[in-house]
Amino acid sequence: MLQPIRVRDEPNQEVVIAGQVVFPRMRKNRSIMSKRKAKYAHLPIGESITQVQSMLRERLCNQRLPDKPEGTEAQHKHLLELLRRTAIHGESNSVLIVGPRGAGKTMLLKCVLRDLLEDKEAQKSLLQVHLNGLLQTDDRIALKEITRQLHLENVVGDKVFGSFAENLAFLLEALKKGDRSSSRPVLFILDEFDLFAHHKNQTLLYNLLDVSQSAQAPIAVVGITCRLDVLELLEKRVKSRFSHRQIHLLSSLTFTQYLQRVQSQLSLPQDFPDVKFAQDWNDSIKTLCEDKSAEEALRRHFNSSKDFRSLHILLMLCLSRVTVAKPVIKPADLLEASRLCFVDAKANMLHGLSILELCLIIAMKHLNDVYEGEPFNLQMVHNEFKKFLQRKSNSMYNFEQPVIMKAFEHLQQLELIRPVDGSAAKTQKEYQLMRLMLDHSQIMEALQKYPLCPTDVKQWAMSAFG
Amino acid sequence: MTSVLQHPGYDEEKLRRVTEQTPCREAQTGLLLSLMGQPQQYSYPSIFVYGHRASGKSHVMQVLLKELELPHATISCVECVSNALLFEKMLLSLFGCEAASLLPRTPSLSDFVRVYRHQCVDSPATQTRYIVMEKAELLRDADVNLLPALLRLQELVDDNLTVILLSEITWDKFRPNTGCYEPLVLHFPDYSKGDLQQILSRDSHPSYSADFYSSYINILLGVFYSVCRDLRELHHLAALNFSKFCEPLAEGKVKESDTHKLWRNIEPHLKKAMQTVYLREVSSLQWEQMQQMEEKEAGALKGLSAHTHVELPYYSKFLLIAAYLASYNPARTDKRFFLKHHGKIKKTNFLKKNEKTSNHLLGPKPFPLDRLLAVFYSVVDSRVAPSASIFSQISSLVTLQLLTQVSHDDQLDAPKYKCAVSLDFISAISRTVNFDIVKYLYDFLDPDTAASQEEWVNRGYVSRVRDHPSR
Repeated sequence: MLQPIRVRDEPNQEVVIAGQVVFPRMRKNRSIMSKRKAKYAHLPIGESITQVQSMLRERLCNQRLPDKPEGTEAQHKHLLELLRRTAIHGESNSVLIVGPRGAGKTMLLKCVLRDLLEDKEAQKSLLQVHLNGLLQTDDRIALKEITRQLHLENVVGDKVFGSFAENLAFLLEALKKGDRSSSRPVLFILDEFDLFAHHKNQTLLYNLLDVSQSAQAPIAVVGITCRLDVLELLEKRVKSRFSHRQIHLLSSLTFTQYLQRVQSQLSLPQDFPDVKFAQDWNDSIKTLCEDKSAEEALRRHFNSSKDFRSLHILLMLCLSRVTVAKPVIKPADLLEASRLCFVDAKANMLHGLSILELCLIIAMKHLNDVYEGEPFNLQMVHNEFKKFLQRKSNSMYNFEQPVIMKAFEHLQQLELIRPVDGSAAKTQKEYQLMRLMLDHSQIMEALQKYPLCPTDVKQWAMSAFG
Repeated sequence: MTSVLQHPGYDEEKLRRVTEQTPCREAQTGLLLSLMGQPQQYSYPSIFVYGHRASGKSHVMQVLLKELELPHATISCVECVSNALLFEKMLLSLFGCEAASLLPRTPSLSDFVRVYRHQCVDSPATQTRYIVMEKAELLRDADVNLLPALLRLQELVDDNLTVILLSEITWDKFRPNTGCYEPLVLHFPDYSKGDLQQILSRDSHPSYSADFYSSYINILLGVFYSVCRDLRELHHLAALNFSKFCEPLAEGKVKESDTHKLWRNIEPHLKKAMQTVYLREVSSLQWEQMQQMEEKEAGALKGLSAHTHVELPYYSKFLLIAAYLASYNPARTDKRFFLKHHGKIKKTNFLKKNEKTSNHLLGPKPFPLDRLLAVFYSVVDSRVAPSASIFSQISSLVTLQLLTQVSHDDQLDAPKYKCAVSLDFISAISRTVNFDIVKYLYDFLDPDTAASQEEWVNRGYVSRVRDHPSR
């Protein structure tokens, strides 16, 4: 672990006490002052960097919520109002939050819940049930999970219910407390809502929405989904019980707003322990966003996807390059991270093939050119390769058929070629028809970067036919 | 060349050991380490690492996690075929056997998350926990919800957890239909020739000098590098052939520095290895035994393929030849080959334009039983009665997988077959019965390819025999 820098104990110097530096003028009242945070606290650089990393990593991994919603104020207000009506006034509601992946739906919901629970009354009475379509793949599992989250396992005990509806009604009945005539409001959050629509008969959805319509108990059903056509998936009886209220998070950012978002994601908050360091950091982020080459890289990212998640991946790669030796994010970091994000994976894999395998790929490319994309088999590829070898004087690559077969199978394992759907079982391996899953330009680009590529192989690749 | 790894969160001595054990992988180790960050900090929920086989992905991960003593679970998706095995292994590695025993009989993902959360309450994470899944391409064939759930496991269990997927297939082929939580994608590049030389030279034999061993590796790479770059295969081949390389040295015929003589000794041996051990036609044990025998005694090493030259009865051979001819000749050419007074085949323009590739490139075509028997009777030189023994020989050829039955089992009156042997095989068989098969093949008939007939003779597939005596 990095040791805090020990400075000599001179009257004019700063003194380190357990990682927190106290100014000399406060030394007289050290016993009192060391407990209070100093006004102009200044941490050693290693500590600051660690703090920055911790804080920003939490933010980029979605463990830390933003203080106020960015760009989604209207949706935030709408949802908060809706949930407040359920929590405080006992009104039943259902709503769907719809948006593409990484748009910030879960973040929105968490912010709204945090603001909602600031209200004392809501905090006292509101119950929450979080279900996820990936985990609760069955209505039975979902019901068990609801029972568990409402802490009603003991109440249910070993009872056997006739139907889902009975079970749910029993649970909601059990939530009625003492003298209150109405039960506590329950908030059902259904993540990956579209997966619940694939359950048998959509029982869970039907019953939850039925309860929300029939005023048995005040519940709010909030569904989160990435499919814009989610309503088409619902059965007619389920759809009719749904309130058709949808909150859309279709990001319509401009590039300037995107740059602002980058800046706000990387900036340090006001309550950072080392104020001066935070100030310097925020200034450097501002300079970074104004730099021309960085702006170009960010524009490229903006043009391909505007969502939070791809931005977080980019910023995570930049952040990982911040060290004590280089305590700022430079434009070069951003460019390098951008390059890592946009690299072509298949071209990378082509770089690692042996020369024989590369020659086979070039032979396949020629076959595709001549026969306009019709599928080929190993015999045809071998034949094409032999035509190339005949032209060369030395037969360095004159390998036996089984060796070529092994190279071909390796390419199949890497899924660079795939068998055409059909009778795979009855045909011999050499005659099974395959397709090449690579593009013309990918092969040519990979050839340029291929290490120690023999010139005649390159020329063969460039030549138009054969 | 070797730079020192440094990171504030980890001990320098441990990092030095990591660098020692991962040669030629400093850049990747450094990148992984910087992404992992200090142990108590959060890391990105899912990381996807792709690269060729034996490019060091699992090795680097294991070395990093073991040396730095981080809590981790390494799971091979080949082993854990069912969900139960997978979840049990994860809980066992991260929390111990009591946690693993809390899982019900057939656990669902919901049960796993519940048990995990329960365990987290008892032992919250002070350091990032890692789950490493090797051969992750098999996750695509598992339950549909497993892969998306694993990618966002950090969010589902609400814990400082990172899932790392290792695979040799690119991420584009993994993405589910409705999308998922995109992981951070990293590439492990392949080793260059210099890197391979450096790594393979590390296992030098103690009784020989390091230079001697690295010259051996140089020769080995010279022979095999253009065919195979897989470190594991090259390692295996190096270990198998080293004793043969040292043989002249042990016999005292050459000195260590006589590289040319050593090369001349080992090179044909390595070329033979390429055709046998590399293809796994011959087991490593057989190879080692063969090396110990004298060269004259060894003879030709029979690979697995050689054993398919099973000794067939006389008529079976002709049935097989007839099947081959029926598969690879178009039906309309039978007249020309098998009748006494035949005319020339006129190739119309239409046919010439559409015959792009020879039948030998497209594969065998199916033929009905009647045609097989017709060709058989014209090919075999003695009078054969159509008895049950002939038909049973056809069935046994199907069992031996030399013929494949194309039609359904129900169609008893018109079964169809295809010939499943290669030209080399059938040439060897026809040589044993003195039959010149090349003369009867349509692909080698065309006067345009008269040169190719010469080529077949030159290759030794067929010898010049007298013309087939007419009946």
